[in-house]
Amino acid sequence: MNLSVDNISRSFGGVQALMDVSFEVELGTIHGLIGPNGAGKTTLINILSGVLPPTHGQVLYQGLSLHHLPAHQVAALGVARTFQNIRLFPTMTCLENVQAGQHLTAERPLMPRLLRLPSAGREDRELEERARDNLVRVGLGDRASHPARSLSYGERRRLEIARALALNPSLLLLDEPVAGMRRGEAAEVADLIRSLVQGGMTILLIEHNMAFVMEICSCITVLNFGRVITTGSPDAVRRHRDVIEAYLGSERGDA
Amino acid sequence: MEQLAQFYAVYGSVINFIGINALLALSLNFTLAAGMLSLGNAAFAGIGGYTAGILTVHLKAPLIVSLCGGSLMAGVVGLLLGMPVLRLKGVFLAMATLAFGEVVRIAAVNLDITGGAEGLTGIPNITRTWMIFLALALAAYFMATLRRSRIGWGLISIREDETAAACLGVDITYYKVVAFTIGAMVAGFAGAMYAHLNYLITPRDFGFFIAVDLLVYNIVGGTRIWYGPILGAALLTALPEILRGVGVAAGPVRLAVNGVILLLVILFLPNGLASLFTRLRPVAVKTGRAERT
Amino acid sequence: MNLLAQQLVNGLFIGSVYGLFAVGYTLVFGVLDILNLAHAAVFTLGGLSAVWLVQAAGMSIWLAFPLATLLAGGLGLLINAAAFAPLRRRADSQFSGLISSIAMAIIFDAAALGLFGARSVRFPPGTVKVHVWQIAGVTITSLQVGIVLVATLLMLILTLFLQRSRTGKAIRTVAENERAAMLLGVNVSGIIAFTFFISSALGGAAGVLYGLYFDSLAPDMGRAIELKGLAVIILGGMGSIPGAILGGLAFGLSEVLTVAVSGTSNLRDAVAFTVLFAILLLRPSGLLGRGKLREA
Repeated sequence: MNLSVDNISRSFGGVQALMDVSFEVELGTIHGLIGPNGAGKTTLINILSGVLPPTHGQVLYQGLSLHHLPAHQVAALGVARTFQNIRLFPTMTCLENVQAGQHLTAERPLMPRLLRLPSAGREDRELEERARDNLVRVGLGDRASHPARSLSYGERRRLEIARALALNPSLLLLDEPVAGMRRGEAAEVADLIRSLVQGGMTILLIEHNMAFVMEICSCITVLNFGRVITTGSPDAVRRHRDVIEAYLGSERGDA
Repeated sequence: MEQLAQFYAVYGSVINFIGINALLALSLNFTLAAGMLSLGNAAFAGIGGYTAGILTVHLKAPLIVSLCGGSLMAGVVGLLLGMPVLRLKGVFLAMATLAFGEVVRIAAVNLDITGGAEGLTGIPNITRTWMIFLALALAAYFMATLRRSRIGWGLISIREDETAAACLGVDITYYKVVAFTIGAMVAGFAGAMYAHLNYLITPRDFGFFIAVDLLVYNIVGGTRIWYGPILGAALLTALPEILRGVGVAAGPVRLAVNGVILLLVILFLPNGLASLFTRLRPVAVKTGRAERT
Repeated sequence: MNLLAQQLVNGLFIGSVYGLFAVGYTLVFGVLDILNLAHAAVFTLGGLSAVWLVQAAGMSIWLAFPLATLLAGGLGLLINAAAFAPLRRRADSQFSGLISSIAMAIIFDAAALGLFGARSVRFPPGTVKVHVWQIAGVTITSLQVGIVLVATLLMLILTLFLQRSRTGKAIRTVAENERAAMLLGVNVSGIIAFTFFISSALGGAAGVLYGLYFDSLAPDMGRAIELKGLAVIILGGMGSIPGAILGGLAFGLSEVLTVAVSGTSNLRDAVAFTVLFAILLLRPSGLLGRGKLREA
């Protein structure tokens, strides 16, 4: 019943972005996905979240196959994500961003609202309360009424996490959650991620900040040129020859 | 009271057209709310107008049946058109809806039942001002409320970022078709009322340039809040009268003023005239729900 | 049979004017990904100002034609400066640019109405000496031949210019990737302004030819061609110059053939717009497009 990625391949035009990628993510753990730039990490997240279909292979999550579902149906199965290039709703406030993320967890029926029934107001207040809680959780409690575009880079990343949490996901895909963050800010996100996993969530994250990944993940998969080099514990990965090769051999081995 | 009656006697038809145009502008706002640029709403109004006119003239249907029939017909066509067309984005969607509008116009010119190029005549003049503004008020209330509902949140998310919206669980295609169809129904209703206001309805009443006008009303007024399109439609529909009032002859000057207003709004008030009212409030004081829900 | 041949020839003539109009239209889209909806208004002003130059200023058409073309080019610079350049850095520039070009179209229409009046005008008789030839039962006038030649020449010059000249290459670089062009030292805003100049000049030239061909010009003549121009550039693929030329010819032919087959001019545009609609659904990038769907 894990998340299992099974022989996933994806090509764009003639370019093979992913080739026979397979690994398992144990539920209730933090799983890292690392590799040099262009290794295919974000492509994989796009496939897992239904944004892109794979060319071959399958993805199984809790016994259901995800790879042929469109993004909104994947989300309905409890899979939420953030984006490497941050895709917030810029003209909305922080609170509204999170409220937009409640799409699947809220009913918000039209009729009671048209008739001004008290139940509608009650639901809206409850949802707003929940959204504020999500903001507090990522440390943006005091930013609720600020427009998303006024936030700093790190704050935007955290707001995106809050929006994803509004889906009440069982699996959270984080694409570079601490990129561009100061050390203290990154540590707060690390604490947040740990607390989420303690609450039963499964997390798959891409990150270039190696210290962060090694500290937080219980298992790491390394990609290079679209292929899996290895999957294993942080210690095993750190010592793996091909991993060292991949990073040192790569010109852009800034990771 | 007497002055009011006199005012209505002089400006009644302008007031009616403000209402109709505002309703049409609002109908486009349903699609714009999801970021879809449609030039098809004039054609939907035409479909509604012709259907209602035919129901009244040929089948002697009571007004309310004709109006609802026109609205329904426009909605059905909107649904059938929306499903294949809404995969397209941006100007491509605009072009496809524009082509659809032209096909509707050409059909109206060539069919017998629509009365050809001269239009469908003999439609009784039975739309009253209160009906128009009642419909407008209901549509505006519907729009304002819709934005707080599940559909509304979905549509706004789509407008802001389709991929992100899909990953939040928003079924993009479904919501787009819903918004498009609602817009078509509202446009059809407005067109049906128009047909019963004017004694006749012709293919020219719903061409490309009417479609552009609807877009202009929305942009000038502001697309992001329910009263924006109404504001834009009211201002630009009344503008010829206002200009005449201050002594400017109709014709080129009026047209130029229209153009200059549009240019100034898009350059300096990207969210339309409505943003003049919301902008006064400082951001920090604004509650989460104040501006756009 | 002769009737059909005559219709085909007529379609070719009017199609070349559509092509010339559409080439200018599509050029701006190809470079900036923006639809300039004021293009039809420039077309109108180009045609009307040529009439004025011939009639009121007493010029020969051979002088009035290039002058009106330059004037139209100047309008292009104005469109760029007032409606597009200020919006270029905005996130929604494609959408807001569409709107601001509508605003410019309205202002130009008002100018046409104010300067030249609402009634339709024509070039004075004898502006162009017309010879009439009968070839195999098909009537061809020297005016028609001249129109096709001028339109073809202009399109040829544009194509060569874009392929061979330094500026033409710079335009193509900007179209490909604005940022890269800037890094290569291309004066991007200058190139964009120049693109508008060429595009509008071609639009104005098409207006003059259109006026000569139909022997009637009016402030609303742009309306007739606006939709056709849009249809043509979608048919040919947005941004594709050869596509716009072929699309223009195809559109001209489809018009005359529809009239010939159906026997009524009411259906003239029906086939074209139905085809356009189908193409958008089946192959949105057009027949010669770049194979990529562009987002708003």
